[in-house]
Amino acid sequence: MAEKAIDPLHQFEIVRLIPAKIGNLDVSFTNASLWMVIAIAAVTVFLVGGMRQRALVPGRWQSMAELSYEFIAGMIQDNVGSSGKKFFPFIFTLFMFILFGNMMGMVPYSFTFTSHIVVTFAMAFVVFIGVTIVGFAYHGAHFLSFFVPKGVPKIMLVLMVPIEVLSYLTRPVSLSIRLFANMMAGHTMLKVFAAFTVMLGIFGIAPLAINVALTGFEFLVAFLQAYVFTVLTCIYLNDAIHLH
Amino acid sequence: MPQLHFQDFPPQLVWLAITFVVLYLLMSKVALPKIGQVLDARAIKITADLDRATKLKDEAAGVLAAYEKALADARAQAQATIKAVADRMQKDAEAREGALAKKLAADTEAAEGRIKAARDQAMASLTQVAAEITKAAAEKLISQPVNDAVASAAVAAVAKERA
Repeated sequence: MAEKAIDPLHQFEIVRLIPAKIGNLDVSFTNASLWMVIAIAAVTVFLVGGMRQRALVPGRWQSMAELSYEFIAGMIQDNVGSSGKKFFPFIFTLFMFILFGNMMGMVPYSFTFTSHIVVTFAMAFVVFIGVTIVGFAYHGAHFLSFFVPKGVPKIMLVLMVPIEVLSYLTRPVSLSIRLFANMMAGHTMLKVFAAFTVMLGIFGIAPLAINVALTGFEFLVAFLQAYVFTVLTCIYLNDAIHLH
Repeated sequence: MPQLHFQDFPPQLVWLAITFVVLYLLMSKVALPKIGQVLDARAIKITADLDRATKLKDEAAGVLAAYEKALADARAQAQATIKAVADRMQKDAEAREGALAKKLAADTEAAEGRIKAARDQAMASLTQVAAEITKAAAEKLISQPVNDAVASAAVAAVAKERA
């Protein structure tokens, strides 16, 4: 099993902790499910626990809870404007879910559910569909003018409109792959260097040092990717509401 | 690559949907309203405190203005009182001075009158004495009585000539 130990992709394997099926649908409670549940529990405890005192002058914990609220509220205000307020709970949920998924993945022996393309793509797809619905709900058929760039000669539109449509359709792909690839690459790299550390014995100090640096870097990436995913969602939402 | 094991997709999607919806409900119904309330309450409190501070500051400025006005009034009144007293004192002094000058003038006049009377008297008696001396001298020179009226006329004539 020594080869298994240095397989850097082993950590991404889905393990069915409680196999279950509804009809033909596999609804097994897996390690990914477990960490999703842990993440939402942690988010809830973090926020509700932080606000339990409702202090006028907040303590450290309450400050962090308020900070996360104001961070996302500010992000929506900056990128979408006040018309984005009604999407605040969704954007906030999205950010906290991804952030805690990424951060919990940094705990040794945990599982990073955001390193799975199916999870990130599902979230990106929901955002994509949601934003498109919002666009049509706000502007009706006029939303299609979003794909027609202004001030472009008519003849060029033959070329431009398909490009615009294509770039719009690739949004969920880029959004999901960015998050998934970042999380997977980071964790794979950590695992590779950790395996080197074990293999090299006393000289393992070198990859260990790299791993220390990488761990810090991965925390940054964990936050940054949650932020990027959320900011892009806000920007897409802004496009849908304000059309360019 | 475990991410591409398609048979693992359904359970992940199912649990993603469950956990995400649960988290969304927890956030939108419990956590976010709670934080929002606290932040609103704080914003209201801060605004109210600032308003009260502004009001108190205005009040303090009003009190200061009233105090300064009272001070200025008191000072003006004191000045007026001092001026009135000084005026009255000056008037009194002038009146007293005037009365004194009048009295002195009257006294001087009376004294001058007395001196003039005394001198007139003296002058009159001088003429009489001169007439008597003239009469006596003439009687001695001519050894016969001289009429009083003649002597007086002679003295008057000489006096007139010398004057």
